[in-house]
Amino acid sequence: MKLITAPNLPDHDGFLAELLAAHRGLSDAESQALNARLILILANHVGDRETLTEALDLARGR
Amino acid sequence: MPYDYKPLPYSAPPGLSGPEPRHRVVVVGAGPVGLAMALDLARLGIASVVLEDKSSVTIGSRAIVWSERSLQLFARLGIVDQVMARAVPWSIARISHGDEEIFSFDMAGTAAGRFPPFANLQQYHIEDILIARALAEPLIDLRFRNRLTGVDPDGTGVELSVKTPDGPYRLSADYLLACDGARSLTRALMDLDFEGEFYEERFLVADIEMEADFPAERWFWFDPSFHSGQSAMLMPQADNVYRIDLQLGRLANAGEEARPDRVIPRIQAVVGPDFDLEWVSIYTFQSRRLAEFVHGRVIFLGDAAHLVPPFSARGANGGLRDVENLGWKLAAVLEGRADERLLDSYNRERVQAADENLRDSARAASFISPAPGVERLFRDQVLALARETAFAREWVNAGRLAVPCIYATGAPDDLLLPDEARPGAAAPEARIGNGWLLDQIGPGPTLLAINCAAPDGLQIPTLSVRADPTLRTRYLGDAERALYLIRPDLVVAARWVTAESRAVSAAIRAMWEGRE
Repeated sequence: MKLITAPNLPDHDGFLAELLAAHRGLSDAESQALNARLILILANHVGDRETLTEALDLARGR
Repeated sequence: MPYDYKPLPYSAPPGLSGPEPRHRVVVVGAGPVGLAMALDLARLGIASVVLEDKSSVTIGSRAIVWSERSLQLFARLGIVDQVMARAVPWSIARISHGDEEIFSFDMAGTAAGRFPPFANLQQYHIEDILIARALAEPLIDLRFRNRLTGVDPDGTGVELSVKTPDGPYRLSADYLLACDGARSLTRALMDLDFEGEFYEERFLVADIEMEADFPAERWFWFDPSFHSGQSAMLMPQADNVYRIDLQLGRLANAGEEARPDRVIPRIQAVVGPDFDLEWVSIYTFQSRRLAEFVHGRVIFLGDAAHLVPPFSARGANGGLRDVENLGWKLAAVLEGRADERLLDSYNRERVQAADENLRDSARAASFISPAPGVERLFRDQVLALARETAFAREWVNAGRLAVPCIYATGAPDDLLLPDEARPGAAAPEARIGNGWLLDQIGPGPTLLAINCAAPDGLQIPTLSVRADPTLRTRYLGDAERALYLIRPDLVVAARWVTAESRAVSAAIRAMWEGRE
């Protein structure tokens, strides 16, 4: 397993608040678009195919 | 000037007046693939009969983009100077979203410099050049207006029925090479079907003639204002002819959309009013192939074997890769230098290549015409990000332009040597002295000894060279020397930094046996 599932993000509460703030006032379509851009940006940043597959599996509940 | 479709020569074949001697090879189809196949075999000393139903070259420009690797094959077939004298070389692709260019890229760095990465020339011009070359070749018997009507293969050869304007006749051959295109008669007569996907998306492809000073580049638009909600592409060809591709959507009616009163306003929206419409066709995306390309003594190549959506230079170029892969193998089998099993490696390697083309073209299809919902969402957000950030440009898929497949192989390799020239890959071109490396390899297999001597006692031609900077980059990497075994189709078979003659002979044997 390459994907980090133990706590790894400093100020996680702060990040969640920032994420939700970024969505505030957006329509559903705009929120979806923001999420899609964010996924693409983070996937590139992670830069590791195996980790991304593991993340996809985890997100799908496998 | 519109292209002048001259009738091709016909004369009554000898088979009409008495049985013909058995032929080694009959090629069905005188398109670029069939003609290149006959010429490649002739180069290797193998005679063939080429049967072609039509009485002129193909109508409409059809295949227009020829890759560097195809130009290298044209060089081996002796026609590349004629091709390059007319073709439009290009290397730059521009991508727009809406009416704004989001980025461009230049592929010039991928080519060695002898040929451009791509050169555009209408298929009818390529066929003209190939036909003239084939008619001058004593080992090729080119028969126009000869239509295949029956195929009867057995374990040792094929019996054929052929129809001509003067009546029917029969032919027998050791091998039948089916190069008869997307609507292959051979495939139909043998009851073989394609497997794969059909997409509902329809595209309009048109050739127009106009005086314009568009640069020699590939222009692609996602959702431009002149063709809202769809994609469009513009490319130059020879003689002031331009290719326009317009996505029409899933529900378009092909018959309606091909009518000039529908087509002309669409094209006017792209280039303005001053043009002549030369040719129009409507196509549907397809990604399909035969399960097997080798059926005993009947072998399928090009569109007869696999069909991909156009506009990524995978159709005709993929067919020419089939040709070069098969030519040396079939010649060796016919001359008794190799066992018939070598032909299984044609099937294995070209099926792998076709699957790559099918996969890449399916990905391009879903980017160009995404399904409504999440597919469309991600496509649009990739395009939005691509304006600002380099990483997102990699995801923009307006048709990944074809590069040769790297065949799967477990042949000897050394990880010190550069990835680009690993076993299974197309041997990269490089300058040596005043000439070019690939000109000096073949027609048989060749050992390329760079900064070293080949081991003693090997029965194979050796090319010894000192590495200059490009050869070093493409073939040596961090190593000081290397020995490469190059196949006759200019694919790397095996390579070593230090080799013993026993290892090299084993690799040569494996190559002739077509081992993976």
